[in-house]
Amino acid sequence: MSEEKTDLKKLPLHDLHVELGGRMVPFAGYEMPVQYPLGVMKEHLHVREKAGLFDVSHMGQCFLKTREVEHGSAEAHKKVAAAIETLVPGEIAKLKEGRIRYSLLLNDMGGIEDDLMITHMPGDNYQGWLYLVVNAAVKEQDFALLKEKLGDRAELDVKTDLALLALQGPKAADILVSLGVDVAEMPFMSANVAQMDDIWFFISRCGYTGEDGFEISVHDHQAEAVARKLLAHQDVEAIGLGARDSLRLEAGLCLYGHDMTAKETPVEANLTFALGKRRRAEGGFPGADRILSQLSAKPEKMRVGIKPSGRAPAREGTEIQNMDGVRIGEITSGGFGPTFEAPVAMGYVDIDHADVGAAVQLMIRGKAVPAEVAEMPFVPQRYYRGK
Amino acid sequence: MTLKFTEDHEWVKLEGDTATVGITPHAAEQLGDVVFVELPDKGKAFSQNDDMAVVESVKAASDVYAPISGEILEVNNDIVDAPEKVNEDPAGAAWFVKIKPSDVSELDKLMDEAAYKEFIG
Repeated sequence: MSEEKTDLKKLPLHDLHVELGGRMVPFAGYEMPVQYPLGVMKEHLHVREKAGLFDVSHMGQCFLKTREVEHGSAEAHKKVAAAIETLVPGEIAKLKEGRIRYSLLLNDMGGIEDDLMITHMPGDNYQGWLYLVVNAAVKEQDFALLKEKLGDRAELDVKTDLALLALQGPKAADILVSLGVDVAEMPFMSANVAQMDDIWFFISRCGYTGEDGFEISVHDHQAEAVARKLLAHQDVEAIGLGARDSLRLEAGLCLYGHDMTAKETPVEANLTFALGKRRRAEGGFPGADRILSQLSAKPEKMRVGIKPSGRAPAREGTEIQNMDGVRIGEITSGGFGPTFEAPVAMGYVDIDHADVGAAVQLMIRGKAVPAEVAEMPFVPQRYYRGK
Repeated sequence: MTLKFTEDHEWVKLEGDTATVGITPHAAEQLGDVVFVELPDKGKAFSQNDDMAVVESVKAASDVYAPISGEILEVNNDIVDAPEKVNEDPAGAAWFVKIKPSDVSELDKLMDEAAYKEFIG
């Protein structure tokens, strides 16, 4: 996919990225900073050690609001949850107020159209509203799908005037608290309104790095003030897309369009944790028959972690073979893990080779490099689960 | 001593019968943090512009091309063991290979330092 620079959209914080020395590249239709002068390696390590600020305003943010009953009651939440549950396999009905669930938009074949975060909005007035964050590259088609499938049941309110800033790392909570943002007691995967000085925003304790962290949804004209305030803290560095990718890869997290596509089911993508217990029993989501039969009978292929031996990274598209040289799959994401201090990758392999420890080989520049199926995450996730 | 540069951002320094090859500081900066280097075997012969070595940063892989035809006399295993040296001293200690040139006149086609500086702007 080639993208003309003139067609690229600019982030609300574009000028700030340039001012900080960000190297801007095309990504998902936007001009985005791939790295800052610190460089990918140091940016990555800084996030694992302290905290980093990411501009993820390219992602799609929207509210889904029931049309079936008046907002502001438990009944309204039930209605909007029942609507979205026709498209995702997660437990949304029982998701508590102010809690976030990772889920998957499915097609009728059970393939993954996107992964997304679904938040049950806190606050009495907002019962019947869900807040959704979807991937930038497919946001328009996600919104079209939601409108087409749920139009009569729920209104889709796409927000184009919100920025999204992620503060990720073990010091993220302390930094926010030091700036007067009351997040100390928020558990991971919860969300609430909060304020910094006189700026109100919606803050979610979640992220894409394997570290504790937050995503701040804030009006675009106020985003720069929030970003500058965070960047002024001695423990915060601006972090680009390069480190975002190596961080999520070490954490074993999928990149949509690479590690899962409309062709793979949640079972094949090794995301069965996203299939709610009640949903497994009841079905009622797209592709449920196929997905549920794969759960009991195993799929033909599965996403696994791959650890190449030696230092050569195995990039996306690298062929995976069994030890007899027969093709059994392909790398979907791969690179060097700065914290893991070795190459890391993930990909799909035949189910017979999907067990941790299975010996495989990778065809890197025409040479067979030994590798093994590895446990993910490569670096332990350090989410805040509450005291 | 002759120092020349290619459009693919290799440098080649001819001293006597030995051409030392590396990548330029500009190339190292563009690549970002180097995490992996693959060098050819000693004794192997290359023609000018053949891909000869691989250098990978956190994000991407790049080929390194032979700036001059000849045989590999020596390779710098220090940068295989510690790829970050390529970012630290690309024009010096982090040389890639030493080549015994088969035709030193090939260097005439390459840029001198002033021309290379203009080339990278």
